[in-house]
Amino acid sequence: MKKSNLLLLLLLLPIWVITYLNLQPIADWLTYGVLNLNPDSHFAQSLNFFVFEVPKVMLLLVLIIFIIGIVRSYFSAEKTRKALEGKSLFTGNIMAALLGIVTPFCSCSAIPLFLGFVEAGIPIGVTFSFLIAAPIINEVALVLLIGLVGWKVAVIYVITGLIVAILAGFIIEKLQLQHYVADWVYQVKSGQQQIEEKAPTAEQRIQAGWNSVKEIVGKIWIYVIIGIAIGAGAHGYVPDNFLSEALGSQNWYSVPLAIVVGIPLYSNAAGIIPIVSVLLEKGVSLGTALAFMMSVIGLSLPEIIILKKVLKWQLIAVFVGVVALGIVLVGFTFNYLIFT
Amino acid sequence: MDIKVLGTGCSKCKTVEKTVQEAVQEMGIEAKIEKVEDMLKIMQYGVMRTPAIVINEQVVMSGQAPSKKEVIELINSNK
Repeated sequence: MKKSNLLLLLLLLPIWVITYLNLQPIADWLTYGVLNLNPDSHFAQSLNFFVFEVPKVMLLLVLIIFIIGIVRSYFSAEKTRKALEGKSLFTGNIMAALLGIVTPFCSCSAIPLFLGFVEAGIPIGVTFSFLIAAPIINEVALVLLIGLVGWKVAVIYVITGLIVAILAGFIIEKLQLQHYVADWVYQVKSGQQQIEEKAPTAEQRIQAGWNSVKEIVGKIWIYVIIGIAIGAGAHGYVPDNFLSEALGSQNWYSVPLAIVVGIPLYSNAAGIIPIVSVLLEKGVSLGTALAFMMSVIGLSLPEIIILKKVLKWQLIAVFVGVVALGIVLVGFTFNYLIFT
Repeated sequence: MDIKVLGTGCSKCKTVEKTVQEAVQEMGIEAKIEKVEDMLKIMQYGVMRTPAIVINEQVVMSGQAPSKKEVIELINSNK
């Protein structure tokens, strides 16, 4: 990246802020002014929601993914593995879950990463803490939660996600399930050959941030738009508190139901959170919504199928069971203890 | 020259394979390109992030989908 590009980047920031702060007036002007729609009509409310939320979420995505892309250039799977080697159990679980947030991770790398960790002697439970935290707490989920639901819920989501990852990993380790890892895993002898890691320059880090914006936004924008479109439809047409009877905090079964429905639904955060934001608006309680979100993002059939290559089914069952239990506890905690 | 692309078949890995082929074609060099999908073999290279590129049995990149220009640079600096 050239100097002039860097300057351009710095100029873009104030433009970003001004645009962001004026999105609601622009959306109002478009729907009620240019299109002259009646503000009380369902259609106008849906359209206004859509025209406001899509650019808002896109702006947030670009900025936050850019920043996280730069942060991630300071981390790598290799460094994380080194940091986790020889850590005691509980400390190891906490560190693994925290590193799961910042280490660059893609589900297609889950298997080599798992093998690399096991080979380095990192306990299974610690490895699981990493593998649970990494997909659940990701920058896309963070952006969408901040943008569509609010920063308080985003913080709650991150903290409870971390707790689930730490405890689930800890329990899996305590259950002594090492022999339910596929036998060939322990025969893997990985070569010592490593790429020499040169610390990237500041320019390369900025480039890395920009690359991750292109890569991630390029992949998810369509899900964001579809998700917000569905959300916008519900926002305008479904009456408020429509779902509070069926899925409010009074019904104990709403949490397990949300999890069971969530597992086969395979969606990334981009598609699911706009819908969750509207569920909350229509009376679904926070605990149920959190449980649904974590279940959709954290427990998915494709991921289970990938893990089947390295784990026997007993361990997969325990993994799903323990994570689901953790999510149930999160759901109940928020439904009964905190927001009643 | 012997170039291997390590990866299990995710979309990124396929992209890298294609980029490498294009780079080799553009440079007009003689190179054998091979896609390695066997996890045991991939692990022997000490790679934890796929896709990875191996030139003459030396891992030169892992965990990224580089551009054609970057691949050409990698090939040039690892001849």
